[in-house]
Amino acid sequence: MKLERPDDRGRFGEFGGRFAPETLIPALDELAEAFERSWSGDRFVGEYQRVLRDYVGRPTPLHEAGRLSERLGVRILLKREDLAHTGAHKINNAIGQVMLARDMGKPRVIAETGAGQHGVATATAAAYFGLKCDVYMGEVDIDRQALNVHRMGMLGARVSPVTSGAGTLKDAVSEAMRDWVRTVETTHYVIGSVVGPHPFPWMVREFQKVIGEEALEQLEGRLPDYVVACVGGGSNAIGIFYPFAGLGPQLIGVEAAGLGIESGQHGASIGAGTPGILHGTRTYLLQDDEGQVLEAHSISAGLDYPGVGPEHAFFAESGIARYESATDTEALAAMELLARTEGIIPALESAHAIAWIIREAEALAGRTVLVNLSGRGDKDVEQLARMTQ
Amino acid sequence: MSRFRLERLFAEVRSSGRTALLPFMTAGLPSVSTSVDLFVAMADSGADGFEVGIPYSDPMMDGPTIQAANRRALAGGVTVEKGLEVVAAVVERTGKPVIVMTYANPIFRIGAAIFAERCREAGASGVIVADLPLEEAAAIQDPIEATGLGMVLFAAPTSSNARLEAIAAANPVFIYGIADLGVTGERRGSSSHARELAARIRTVTGLPLVMGVGISTPDQARSLAGEADGIIVGSALVRRVLEAPDEQAALDAVRNAVVELAGALR
Ligand SMILES: Cc1ncc(COP(=O)(O)O)c(C=O)c1O
Repeated sequence: MKLERPDDRGRFGEFGGRFAPETLIPALDELAEAFERSWSGDRFVGEYQRVLRDYVGRPTPLHEAGRLSERLGVRILLKREDLAHTGAHKINNAIGQVMLARDMGKPRVIAETGAGQHGVATATAAAYFGLKCDVYMGEVDIDRQALNVHRMGMLGARVSPVTSGAGTLKDAVSEAMRDWVRTVETTHYVIGSVVGPHPFPWMVREFQKVIGEEALEQLEGRLPDYVVACVGGGSNAIGIFYPFAGLGPQLIGVEAAGLGIESGQHGASIGAGTPGILHGTRTYLLQDDEGQVLEAHSISAGLDYPGVGPEHAFFAESGIARYESATDTEALAAMELLARTEGIIPALESAHAIAWIIREAEALAGRTVLVNLSGRGDKDVEQLARMTQ
Repeated sequence: MSRFRLERLFAEVRSSGRTALLPFMTAGLPSVSTSVDLFVAMADSGADGFEVGIPYSDPMMDGPTIQAANRRALAGGVTVEKGLEVVAAVVERTGKPVIVMTYANPIFRIGAAIFAERCREAGASGVIVADLPLEEAAAIQDPIEATGLGMVLFAAPTSSNARLEAIAAANPVFIYGIADLGVTGERRGSSSHARELAARIRTVTGLPLVMGVGISTPDQARSLAGEADGIIVGSALVRRVLEAPDEQAALDAVRNAVVELAGALR
């Protein structure tokens, strides 16, 4: 059964917890208290909902993908997070956390970003609420998601390139954590997914569950057979899964299979990883026999991460959700099919969810599948244009 | 009981009213074959004991210098087993207490009980885990103490007095007082946090106190002498190894730095 909240140590079953330097523990305690107080109070929740409605543009539509459904023989409903302000679900969480930072009296926020969507969302929320914003981004991602780097600059955020490791999302998270250890008295770290030490995985899920709650309402009681979402750290997936968990639909998380699971070049932490500690939480991760973390690979920067949120590890372990994967090639094909049949260019991340449906179309024939279309693909167009040249 | 070397050191520094110098160095530097020589050189230059780093791919509590050391050691093939071989040789050749430092994931991957047993076999006195706060400590502290080693726990400038009391109540072999906000790395000037934290810890507990993070110069070391039972200097020494043109130069540079630091504490 799904857990309304993790236990006192921040555990979802055997996953989660708080493996962070002592310097950060008091700040994590303060954050947990502030979140708990705010999230159970009308003033904070009322403001959060107002901002999501009037500024972010929620509720996002539930779109019946007619031509795609016809093509695949599967009824496909798209939850259009790509239509949220800034172009992805990441804004739901960024608004909530930046409001908390403001209420805790922290004048500065920091964030990591892979695809740049969370960086843009945090820079946007910081501009909206008048906070200072620094974003850490791996140098490989700065190159492949250049559009979002420019957007963050325009929004007044400073983007710091991270050169350690493979220069991708894992390294950006580590660098943001290091900044936070130094600046914790004046800074809040807006983590972009359901990862990190307690209370982050729980708090980010609470800020993202609006996706599934809206979809439930929009479905007016007609439950789908499947709910599908891509899984990087897992925030868009948990956001749509959580309200549906236990109601009947089969929940499918789609991880990045990169160049293929056998190649070792992928981001399938649940599918091919083992339990361990990464970025402050106990979860599934890609690691060697010595506990050294392996580099992930995915064509999509947002899924290029060797870990996953601890609640997904718990969902996988307890059978609440199932985790599959899609390759780079499959994601590219899915992106093109959605563009041609529906006139929607999805983010490469979100295309992984569509790719799984395409592969399983035969088995899914006649069924209804709700997909979280977590973001739009404008950010990926330049990378793809370069690849096809 | 392998922790006796450490307890003996703290008893000695307290009775003579001095502060011990405990250099940190990543295992496998400047190279796997000369790593032990580097520790021996430091012991001959006035180091009282060591913190030996087992390299980890994602050292969250470390700044650029020690990150680079981790990368170099991993690229050189330093596994947990090789790191503990260095520990064993350092204990044997110097007779000084050695504390093994790493992150939680390699320990859990191997299994905390197996890791503890390997540390005991190597003759280590204690274990430090950079990303293990009090709330998660038992899973490693219990097996470490069951083998007769000591667990080190951290206290930070941000820790409340109530937390300091809880940390002391867990009875670590010493408290590692984090001398400055931020990750490991050299700093200019002295942190205002260090003395304040040391004083707060002293009012809460009589446990041995070792200060580290951001202590890199003889002046900084001197300013903390008398405030703690020991100090840890890491990045300043690691940088000298990384910058040295060859292994002999690394040994010489580190030897000189340790002589100066030990002198400052006298
Ligand atoms: C559009 C989009 N979808 C999905 C993700 C993956 O993150 P998560 O798994 O937390 O939803 C990202 C991350 O950058 C993203 O930008």
